[in-house]
Amino acid sequence: MSDERRLQETPQQIFAREEEPVDGVYPETVQPPRRRFAGALSWARENLFSSVGNALLTVFGLYLLWRILPPLADWTLLQSVWSTDDPAVCKAAEGACWALITQKYRFILFGLYPFEEQWRPALATALFIAAGAITAVPAFWRRALIGLWAGVAVICAILMWGGVFGLPFVENAKWGGLPLTLILAVVGIAAAFPLSIVLALGRRSELPAIRAVCTGFIELIRGVPLISVLFMASVMFPLFLPEGVTIDKLLRALAGIALFTAAYLAEAVRGGLQSIPRGQYEAAEALGLTYWQKTGLIILPQALKISIPPIVNQFISMFKDTSLVIIIGLFDLLTTAKAALSDPPWRPFYIESYLFAALIYWMFSFFMSRYSLYLERRLETGYRR
Amino acid sequence: MMDEQRAAERQAATRDAEPAIRLEGVHKWYGSFHVLKDINLMIRRGERVVVCGPSGSGKSTMIRCINALEAHQKGRIIVGTTQLTEDVRTIERIRREVGMVFQQFNLFPHLTVLDNLILAPTWVRRLPKREAIARAMDLLERVHIPEQAHKYPGQLSGGQQQRVAIARALCMKPEIMLFDEPTSALDPEMIKEVLDVMVELAEAGMTMICVTHEMGFARTVADTMVFMDGGAIVEMAPPSQFFSAPKSERTQKFLSQILKH
Repeated sequence: MSDERRLQETPQQIFAREEEPVDGVYPETVQPPRRRFAGALSWARENLFSSVGNALLTVFGLYLLWRILPPLADWTLLQSVWSTDDPAVCKAAEGACWALITQKYRFILFGLYPFEEQWRPALATALFIAAGAITAVPAFWRRALIGLWAGVAVICAILMWGGVFGLPFVENAKWGGLPLTLILAVVGIAAAFPLSIVLALGRRSELPAIRAVCTGFIELIRGVPLISVLFMASVMFPLFLPEGVTIDKLLRALAGIALFTAAYLAEAVRGGLQSIPRGQYEAAEALGLTYWQKTGLIILPQALKISIPPIVNQFISMFKDTSLVIIIGLFDLLTTAKAALSDPPWRPFYIESYLFAALIYWMFSFFMSRYSLYLERRLETGYRR
Repeated sequence: MMDEQRAAERQAATRDAEPAIRLEGVHKWYGSFHVLKDINLMIRRGERVVVCGPSGSGKSTMIRCINALEAHQKGRIIVGTTQLTEDVRTIERIRREVGMVFQQFNLFPHLTVLDNLILAPTWVRRLPKREAIARAMDLLERVHIPEQAHKYPGQLSGGQQQRVAIARALCMKPEIMLFDEPTSALDPEMIKEVLDVMVELAEAGMTMICVTHEMGFARTVADTMVFMDGGAIVEMAPPSQFFSAPKSERTQKFLSQILKH
């Protein structure tokens, strides 16, 4: 079609017009989008060698990989020793001494728990992880979960302490390794989370006294390092107790961790609360909902959903921070990984031991991270368009 | 003629009805800013009042005082036979009887349409869930969107959301409905579907106070027009008189501005 004819068209004609091919090629608007990556070669050209700078960076990157990967594979897999009870064999080898893990894994995982009884913390941990896995599936989100967790808590307590059903009693000073880390993290989170919601709501309260108490607590706790909180809980707190009264060390550590985490979580929750528009409060109020109905049914569900990323961030951070209990003499996973090296002939293989502990920490943290992403998508109801 | 006849009939119908809302010498300040100045207004059962006025004239603030979303500092507000006080119990009792529809809909985005409707009846009125659902579906039918019951508000158009908001307020079986610029946030195409629902509601005999600039709607349903400016009621008259022979110069100017188009 000539340009002149085009200019004389009425709108009706323009809409009715079908694009005609010009020399067998349709005008650009109706062509399918150009395929940008046809084959690996052109992909590489477009992404890795699009300019001189990029090409140099690509070559440099490849060089680094070439320098790093083969030695790493050598050390971790090809030249490593997987099982021996003789440290000398490890010493002679070039690679990693994974034999340390196969020799010492029970100590790293369960610490000083009596060797013959270690099936008990193992079973407790397995039960606990199973309950966690069930809870993670939305299809199981119903009231019965509370019962499940209560049951799991009782069974785990019986398994860990014993003293009934013919299980020998094991005092909690002997607990250690992964179960202890999980107890600190999960009981800590379970206590800190509700407390943090109360603190966040309190900090936004219209009552000055409540607001002052909550703000004061949050700012005080956030102002000191976790180590000092733990230290106070462990060393100073007993000094204030009347003579003869003792509170278990593990319990004191848990309280310290929970209070510390609650202060941080409260700020994450407060962020969520602040992002809820005023209209939501007004709509809830106009319907005659009470303060607690409004908060529990309208505000918190939305605020907590928004706060998932910072909340999970805090969970992950506190999960790893539980390793600080070493300073008050609790044998958590990182401490047992270190203590496994106290056997002199195995002492040189500290990297392997720490890597093993790191892998366990990483698996739990990575799960939390991915799960929080899943949860965010799952709870999305399409109002952020 | 039709209008006048209708108005006369309406007046006869509501003249002797009991008062539903009384505002007596109501004042409100934001800090030192005097937002409401000596508001006196009585609305009888079944009466439909349309409030108009320039922005900042205090019309929204006035109706928000009726269900205590805003506190007034002086004067009395009596809803039914209950005088509004600062007591939380009293406020909650009044809010149960007064439905409100907002400019921004304010639906609860984390709940489905149906859950939005049954939330207050089940929690505040302690209605059994089955009854609440039946009532909610009935109301969704009345606002012409029963098929949207299981969607989330974010999946609906603005007009549909506002109709859900009306149904949500009605689900509490309120005595009185307050509308705070219900069509101001809507695309022109959707205004009609919301106004139609409001007209139907008015015809069913609901006591309504409506802040709106939809003058066509006002002419159709209003028994009384209220014009506010600068925090005070400037003129109050039946629509026939209000639109054809406004007394105050300020009203004339306002009407000439908004009716020009």
